[in-house]
Amino acid sequence: MDYTKQEYLDYVQKKSPGSKLFRNMLVAFVVGGLICVVGQAFGEIYKAVFGLNEESVKTAVPITMVFLGALFTGLNLYHKLAKYAGAGTLVPITGFANAVVSPAIEFKREGYVLGVAAKMFTIAGPVLVYGINTSILLGLIFYAFGFGK
Amino acid sequence: MEKRLGKQTVKFSKAVSLLSTAAVAGQKEAEGPLASHFDIIMENAEWGEDTWEKAESKMQKSAVGRALQKAKIDAKDIKYIFAGDLLNQCIGSTFGLMAFDIPLLGVYGACSTMAETMGLAAMSIDGGYSDLSVAVTSSHFCTAERQYRNPLEYGGQRTPTAQWTVTGSGAVVLSEKGNGPYITHFTSGKVVDLGVKDANNMGAAMAPAAADTLAAHFEDTGRSPNFYDLIVSGDLGTVGKSIIVDLMCEKGFEIGENYDDCGCMIFDIEKQDMHAGGSGCGCGAITLCGYIMDRIRNGELKNVLFMGTGALLSPTSTLQGESIPAVAHAVAISAERE
Amino acid sequence: MEIFMRFFNAFWVGGAFCAVAQILIDKTKLTPARILVAFVVAGVILSGLGLYDKIIEIGGAGATVPIIGFGNTLAKGVFKGISERGFLGVFTGGVTGAAGGIAASVFFGFLAAIVFNPKQK
Repeated sequence: MDYTKQEYLDYVQKKSPGSKLFRNMLVAFVVGGLICVVGQAFGEIYKAVFGLNEESVKTAVPITMVFLGALFTGLNLYHKLAKYAGAGTLVPITGFANAVVSPAIEFKREGYVLGVAAKMFTIAGPVLVYGINTSILLGLIFYAFGFGK
Repeated sequence: MEKRLGKQTVKFSKAVSLLSTAAVAGQKEAEGPLASHFDIIMENAEWGEDTWEKAESKMQKSAVGRALQKAKIDAKDIKYIFAGDLLNQCIGSTFGLMAFDIPLLGVYGACSTMAETMGLAAMSIDGGYSDLSVAVTSSHFCTAERQYRNPLEYGGQRTPTAQWTVTGSGAVVLSEKGNGPYITHFTSGKVVDLGVKDANNMGAAMAPAAADTLAAHFEDTGRSPNFYDLIVSGDLGTVGKSIIVDLMCEKGFEIGENYDDCGCMIFDIEKQDMHAGGSGCGCGAITLCGYIMDRIRNGELKNVLFMGTGALLSPTSTLQGESIPAVAHAVAISAERE
Repeated sequence: MEIFMRFFNAFWVGGAFCAVAQILIDKTKLTPARILVAFVVAGVILSGLGLYDKIIEIGGAGATVPIIGFGNTLAKGVFKGISERGFLGVFTGGVTGAAGGIAASVFFGFLAAIVFNPKQK
């Protein structure tokens, strides 16, 4: 081989077509934005129609969005949208639901305990692990400096 | 040692004949330009089974069954089956071929498996250990995707260099008797790794190994690229295809007009939105067993060099941050005896 | 008019988070899983610094629906936990705050697995 690894990687970089960044960003922006608008709409409805207070709305909206994410994943539609939307479907909490539901459905054939239940958080688990740990770390700092008292 | 040519090539002294071939293809492949050359089309990914893994086993079973039927050979006369697939521990082959009750030799060469099993099967015949051997391989989009990447329902974006695992299985019956086409040479490849880590750019990862084997074949046999009517690689895809042409040029071999890649041939890449093209053991296997063999049989092609290209990554090696080693094996197929 | 502005703000704030993530996907080697982790951690930190509330004030659901808002929920939960339970709140607060989302994903995830079967693409 006449190439060193670095030379080859540089050459591959040149040879490989890049992603269409602008187009991808635009689609992600629009789809992601629209998903948030759906969330906003549910929030408004919960407030106006069901008379939920601000605090309860903040809990009810994520639950609703997780439900919708799970439903659209199950209906085999979420990944079809994600193909175009990229981060637009990844970043909203519906994407988190998709990451939980997709392995749950997929590993059904390996059984409900070691398949569905065990594999459910293979993709989404890291979000919980790092999210919760960071929040505990934050809490420790917060507590140590006596903000809570 | 007159059977050996150079470092990596064997030249068969017997007339190892390809008695018959059969190709089983999935839906997407059947929507592609080579549809009319496949023997069996699956109506869906499950194909009447409970799991995709079982469907893949059924594909191998059906491919071998159809190939035997076409050759009018009874399974009990086959001495060896050389088989492999992409699944962990090759369960596609072992579960699927159990029923034939023939000694089974499992082979793992990732997507290079078709060329590797054909080469080994031809060696078993040329060595005098067998008069009838079968080579078979398969890949299934759904089983490969869930093993190597993400669940099917997971929303992800494919990059432009990503390839699509072909759902298909190809089988070949090889015999010491028969009127061809013949396997004349087998060049086995070395594992080559130039440091590509992107599992969505397999073509770039495999091209150096493919160029290495191709150059070895030409050096060992003394043939030049234009000896062949068609030089065809298994699944380099559009990116790998353009890279290998450059790499070969730098090694002093011009491959151009007579070179193509099964990953680019099997799909209508634009219309079927296949990004960089097809991949998987089945990609080369059904393109060879269906389309290319049809063209050899009807006289359009006389000398073909078929090279399977395999990326030797595993989900574990990817997670551990390793780059992607690759290997390529080539078999020379000729319509006539020299 | 005011409600229209709330929708409009949710749209562009939420969209902007997604566009930033798209740049990370296309221009860096970060996998989607790493980007989600980074967003959640960023959400916790921004909330700790007291900045995320301002973004929610502007964006509404545009700031709470993206996964970075999940980090905010965790952080707010911890603050609330500490003020109610003292040191134990450091541990109980975050998950308590985020309980709705976590429980919903476990429940609906399981439900979906019962109802739906995996399909080919």
